[in-house]
Amino acid sequence: MFHLVEKLVEYFRTQMRTDPDMASAVAAIRTLLEFLRRDKGETILGLRESLKWATDCLTEVDSSVAVSSGGELFLRFISLTSLEHQDLSRCKKVMEERGELFLEKISLSRTKVAKLCHTFIKDGAKILTHSSSRVVLRVLEKAAAEKKRFTVYVTESQPDTAGKQMADALRRINVPVTVVLDAAVGYVLEKVDLVIVGAEGVVESGGIINKIGTYQMAVCSKAHNKPFYVVAESFKFVRLYPLNQQDVPDRFKYKADTLRTVSDLSDEHPMIDYTPPSLITLLFTDLGVLTPSAVSDELIKLYL
Amino acid sequence: MKRESIVPAACAAVTYTVLCHPHHHTVFIVLTDGPGNKDDITRSKNEGKELSKEEKQRLRKQKKQQKKQKERKNEKSETEKEKTPVSLLPPPRPVATQKAPSALPAPASAPIPVPASAPFHSSPAPSPADKPAKSKAELKAERRARQETDRAAKQPGSSSSGIKTKVPLSELNPVVKRLPEHVQVDDPAVVKRLAKKLERQQIPLRSDYGYKVSLFSHLHQYSRKAPLTQQLSIPSTVIHPSIVRLGLQYSQGIVAGSNARSVALLHAFKQVIRDYTTPPNEELSRDLVNKLKPYISFLNQCRPLSASMGNAIKYIKKEISNIPSQCKEEEAKTKLLTCIDRYIEEKIVLAAKAISKYAIEKISDGDVILVYGCSSLVNNILCEAFEKSRKFRVIVVDSRPRLEGREALRRLVQRGISCTYVLISALSYILPEVSKVFLGAHALLANGYVMSRVGTSQIALVARTFNVPVLVCCETYKFCEKVQTDSFVSNELDDPDDLMVTRKGKTQLENWQDVSSLGLLNLVYDVTPPDFVDLVITDLGMIPCTSVPVVLRVKNLDQ
Repeated sequence: MFHLVEKLVEYFRTQMRTDPDMASAVAAIRTLLEFLRRDKGETILGLRESLKWATDCLTEVDSSVAVSSGGELFLRFISLTSLEHQDLSRCKKVMEERGELFLEKISLSRTKVAKLCHTFIKDGAKILTHSSSRVVLRVLEKAAAEKKRFTVYVTESQPDTAGKQMADALRRINVPVTVVLDAAVGYVLEKVDLVIVGAEGVVESGGIINKIGTYQMAVCSKAHNKPFYVVAESFKFVRLYPLNQQDVPDRFKYKADTLRTVSDLSDEHPMIDYTPPSLITLLFTDLGVLTPSAVSDELIKLYL
Repeated sequence: MKRESIVPAACAAVTYTVLCHPHHHTVFIVLTDGPGNKDDITRSKNEGKELSKEEKQRLRKQKKQQKKQKERKNEKSETEKEKTPVSLLPPPRPVATQKAPSALPAPASAPIPVPASAPFHSSPAPSPADKPAKSKAELKAERRARQETDRAAKQPGSSSSGIKTKVPLSELNPVVKRLPEHVQVDDPAVVKRLAKKLERQQIPLRSDYGYKVSLFSHLHQYSRKAPLTQQLSIPSTVIHPSIVRLGLQYSQGIVAGSNARSVALLHAFKQVIRDYTTPPNEELSRDLVNKLKPYISFLNQCRPLSASMGNAIKYIKKEISNIPSQCKEEEAKTKLLTCIDRYIEEKIVLAAKAISKYAIEKISDGDVILVYGCSSLVNNILCEAFEKSRKFRVIVVDSRPRLEGREALRRLVQRGISCTYVLISALSYILPEVSKVFLGAHALLANGYVMSRVGTSQIALVARTFNVPVLVCCETYKFCEKVQTDSFVSNELDDPDDLMVTRKGKTQLENWQDVSSLGLLNLVYDVTPPDFVDLVITDLGMIPCTSVPVVLRVKNLDQ
């Protein structure tokens, strides 16, 4: 079994390396599809079990919410069809086709989101964003391509200073950008017009799970009455319902290697936080522009 | 009740029979499909005479509308005078309603097909003013709809009743909804109508008691010392004894709590079905529903029905009317009994298990949980969580005059859960210690508001200020289509004498009726807005409060 795990992880890591722009969830789904192709199971139930097990393995490698949600949605999508064929290989073929369809759909999702969101950026706008999000980058690229002039403030986002990468990427497309300290969010908010952030996961209540510091930014923008927009692809919708910060499961809060190596987690600093839906104005997804209460509607449609 | 039915006159082999009502000078045209349907006509004639009271009322209303139209037309231009004979004479109308079946699905487009299909009318289409044409078309559409329902009532399996005639009217004007009678107590016309209905069903009318606070004067207020059952003869011929017993249990508060009341109701109905025998020349599916109607009015008089009971009754009526006519009586009865058992099992017992499963995920070790009053579901959840060895303690909040928290306290302490007991006035004192609030619900309304015992919205409000998450637990059978934004419009007033309390041998409010400016208010329910509720746990899963209409929609699709 071990070498299977290694192969899986190796494939996953290769996918991430070959296309750094790809979301980790997409890489995970590619890996799962490949796993499905190579799987030699005899029963459909066995197939489902092994897919679930593969998703768990991948979550251990990269403990982001998106990987687990993407895996679950992949499983649901491919089995949400009539599998009444006599032959197992026929069923497998159907599932593989569905899997490829799913992959195709989600690779287009970022473009769809960018198309929806760039209209909300007006000419001369000042935008605040948090840490480094590829979806937000895509949105800003689209807005710049539409010949809109805007300036961007990015938070530095400790402890991994991911904000600097975002700033570099924006400078490459000639957008004026300023890097601010995480502590300066309240200071800079009176200057900005809108706040756009990405999300690692969108939960059932309509809230989001994102890099630590997002909740702070949301509370400040609510106090300043600035709109707080979230851009996320639909495969990030996850069946979690946290009530507060403590209620988010530990397996998402810390990095995968931290979970494995460290015994007492109370010393570790969490990498993500939860933003409740009352602070979010709108969510831009490939399913459309949603209010936070509509997220539950979509989830019910997806899962029930 | 088939007094009139219309079939398209375009059919080749058709017989026209004119039925003339003896008391009013209006004419109803019955188009039958062949010579062999004379029995239908005589039956409809006879039934028309039996149920003539409602019919009379309807005809009176119709006449009034016609008169109003006539007046309106007489005020306007002369060209419209041509219409008046048309609107007064019914004979052209049924002919115009030939297009009835096809046009019925789109009653809003009534003005359009009506002029097109009326070759006998003098000047239908080119109407100078929209109003007269619309009201005429509306009337026509109403008649059409009524005739449709009568035709549908002709088929077996659908219940015929006086209330059904009101359905087409409200179907056509979706904006105008009828207010339920129990929230219009200060309107004498409504009270008279209710009294007449109860008289017809031979149920005594319960009279209101005591001075009502003016803001709630539109609701009933009864006294517990005068239960309805005292006015019934023994043995009661109209009402089944188990229903009488149930009514007494409700009005005295012996059976209280939304789940308990629904289960007791269903068990009583099971007994009714067991003792029921179909009278000759009647069908079980229609007659049993008619038998249940006076029971439901009686129970409503004893204590207003709750939302869960309303849904249960709807389900039973649907099941009864879906019994095929060929079904033998014994078979039908056992089928109904198993249906009811299954409803109780699925919607109440299993739902409670599913809800506990989800709720236990939200209870972590070291939690301090606040509960209010006595909700059977919340108690169930806490006991299950305790059995799964979660370490938590409970704070029970209670309020007068019902003091239901004591019952909850007793049940929890019996299981070994460590509890604290406070009154609701100490809420802000105790809340800083609390990590979660679990509330039960009486009903979940379609706009996401939670209707529950009075005091619940207060708890949710204060918890929100302290940033404590509020979780509401509710089974899906308590979801109702009603919309309410405040606690005034529809509520229940309990016995005001309950507020009197005797301390050290003295009862201060003993003679409250003598003080003319004093009113005692004992509210039962209140309504909590969805902003104060963080999570609703149902048997379908955990949903935000705003997703209740989605669940209702999904449920309606399933059915």
